[in-house]
Amino acid sequence: MLVSRNARSDSLTLEGRVLAPAQGIDESLRITVTGGVISAIEPGHAGSLVVAPAFVDPHVHLRTPGREDEETIRSGTEAAAAGGYCAILAMPNTDPVVDSAAVLGALHERARESAVVPVGFMAAISKRQSGEELTEMAELAETGAAAFTDDGRPVVSAGLMRRALQYSALTDLRLALHCEEPTLSRGGHMHEGAVSAELGIGPYPSSAESVMVERDLALASAESRPIHLMHLSARESVEALEQALANGVEATAEVTPHHLVLTDETVRSLDPNVKMNPPLRAAADRGALRDALRRGSIPCIGTDHAPHARQEKDVPFEEAPFGVIGLETAFASLYTHLVLPGELSLATLLERMSTGPARAFGLDEPRIEVGARANLVALDVDGEWTVTDDGFRSLSANSWLLGETLRGRVVTTVADGRQVFAA
Amino acid sequence: MPELRPPAPPKRHLLSIRDLARDDVERILDRARSLAASLDREVKKLPTLRGRTVVNLFYESSTRTLASFELAAKRLSADTMSIRSAGSSVDKGESLKDTALTLAAYEPDVIVVRHPSIGAAELVARHTDAHVVNAGDGKHQHPTQALLDLYTIRQALGRLEGVRVAIVGDVLHSRVARSLVQALLLVGAEATLVGPPTLVPRGLESLGCEVSHDLDATADANVVYVLRMQRERMTDAFVPSLREYTTLYGITPERVRKGQLVMHPGPMNRGIEIDPRVADSAAALVTDQVRAGLVVRMAVLYDVLTAAPTPVPVPDRVEVA
Repeated sequence: MLVSRNARSDSLTLEGRVLAPAQGIDESLRITVTGGVISAIEPGHAGSLVVAPAFVDPHVHLRTPGREDEETIRSGTEAAAAGGYCAILAMPNTDPVVDSAAVLGALHERARESAVVPVGFMAAISKRQSGEELTEMAELAETGAAAFTDDGRPVVSAGLMRRALQYSALTDLRLALHCEEPTLSRGGHMHEGAVSAELGIGPYPSSAESVMVERDLALASAESRPIHLMHLSARESVEALEQALANGVEATAEVTPHHLVLTDETVRSLDPNVKMNPPLRAAADRGALRDALRRGSIPCIGTDHAPHARQEKDVPFEEAPFGVIGLETAFASLYTHLVLPGELSLATLLERMSTGPARAFGLDEPRIEVGARANLVALDVDGEWTVTDDGFRSLSANSWLLGETLRGRVVTTVADGRQVFAA
Repeated sequence: MPELRPPAPPKRHLLSIRDLARDDVERILDRARSLAASLDREVKKLPTLRGRTVVNLFYESSTRTLASFELAAKRLSADTMSIRSAGSSVDKGESLKDTALTLAAYEPDVIVVRHPSIGAAELVARHTDAHVVNAGDGKHQHPTQALLDLYTIRQALGRLEGVRVAIVGDVLHSRVARSLVQALLLVGAEATLVGPPTLVPRGLESLGCEVSHDLDATADANVVYVLRMQRERMTDAFVPSLREYTTLYGITPERVRKGQLVMHPGPMNRGIEIDPRVADSAAALVTDQVRAGLVVRMAVLYDVLTAAPTPVPVPDRVEVA
């Protein structure tokens, strides 16, 4: 082991191939952390470890408040720590919805007691996420909301979306958008294509996402307001995004590990753990997402970690809820399925899991430099492990990777100067 | 990522036509024909499955499928039990998994499952040791219907290879159409899907069938297979009215070419997708299909029970033909 630490959890050294793409670092170094701060960076030995700025997940469902049987702030942040994350953003589609300063304040209180990894909480765009009235965005921003989103459902009304874009200019926060036209996705459980036609599963066409992406980009352009497009899945959405970027619209976007690795062919298994919203799409869509990630027009990888109770997923496909977990498997799944086959460089993967999301949401970028708070992940890229139902820190196990053997293990995670995970 | 999927289940179950090879289909159809011969005898009951238990677990209303599975099991001397969702613990919110586990405790040899959700039969197969036969799961598969349709066509035309079948109507919502297309292509027949663009999903042609929105595409078919048109299809704007549907796609006597055979999985909406004069004509094989249902389901029960890993001893009395 190259990792050594003293009795205090916030002083340690990490040695290996240090890869910080945003800073142009790729060399063998030894990093010393003292009192939570990087105190020395010296020449070191390369081993099998890669040390990088720790990951930032812009899209996590902590299910708190309301469904603490599926995830809690503690279990979700422990999962994040095990996945190499130093910061995560939690979605507000809880029960109650995070749509008031009171609910948000209570969450901050709980997170101060139990969050292993720093968490930011997004607040809703509309009260109860019902798409009718705006939340009190100024007060929510004052209370510390990380961004605004109605994730889980779209903002159906174009008029309300326009007002939300205008009013949120009172804050520094951007809108993170779940793009879905409900009259096109209604009754849909998987991507519309040859596989849905053959299986007879209700179709959820790409246009259900892309027409909303186009609408929201047009509104963002008209209002000169930045937006973040969540969990893009369709080629047409990527095309719309890149067109808008070329026209100067300020937009960021994220893609999930499952949309980068799987296609709708996987749904033939009828495994409820490959059912998510938006659905897995065709190979051409996956190719467009990979291209956009490489180019940087999609600058973020977000897991859309969506825990569901075991009994809710242990039902026929169409009866199962949408969503899969991803915090603990994100790096390994992408390293195994994209980096090792040569589809994506390790440097790009690390950048899109760390600097990209941090920049998109205005968070402190994890950096490797003397004097910086330590936000580091050490990865054994040759380490093999098998994903099992009982191996998760998450309270839920609805993973699309159950039973699969992956390459790439998180060995150590340091978040905000504290060692929060050691394998 | 096909390597992420579990391997196809062994053929101890009948869950989907996709799981079958051409040999499997021919073995089942041949068995059905020999069983049909046995049914012509005065005592129709065969001792083949004596001591075996067949449970019919039906979450959707069904007349002909449930009746024919019950009768098929009885004709083979199996003990049968039928459970319908109405009035059972399913009504009390019991999950399919728990119902399957409860039934499994009685150690049935075969569970026949009909359910409104795709994959229900597979789920039962995963949670029990019984052989499972899919009697219809959502809009996905209805493999015994496809097998009985092949049997009916083969009895009528003497062959399956090269037979041209036009399947007309609401393909989108039809597990019958999906299973039948796959089964026809498997045995070397040709299939053409005909219906309005809203009811024939794009992409199905990748299976190897033709697709048309014009009823003239049925002209050179040996068999016109008419699908049931659900009355509620107007509500989601799949068609503007049943009247317009019937005008464009209803099978009337003028639209049936000389020598063409007409099939329908039932129940028929006379006057909507099929004209009553066609339904009652000599060209219609609808009652042949019902008779075929019995012998094919007998053959299927026999087939899954003789598959590994718990085969029944092959009795010498079944090959009566």
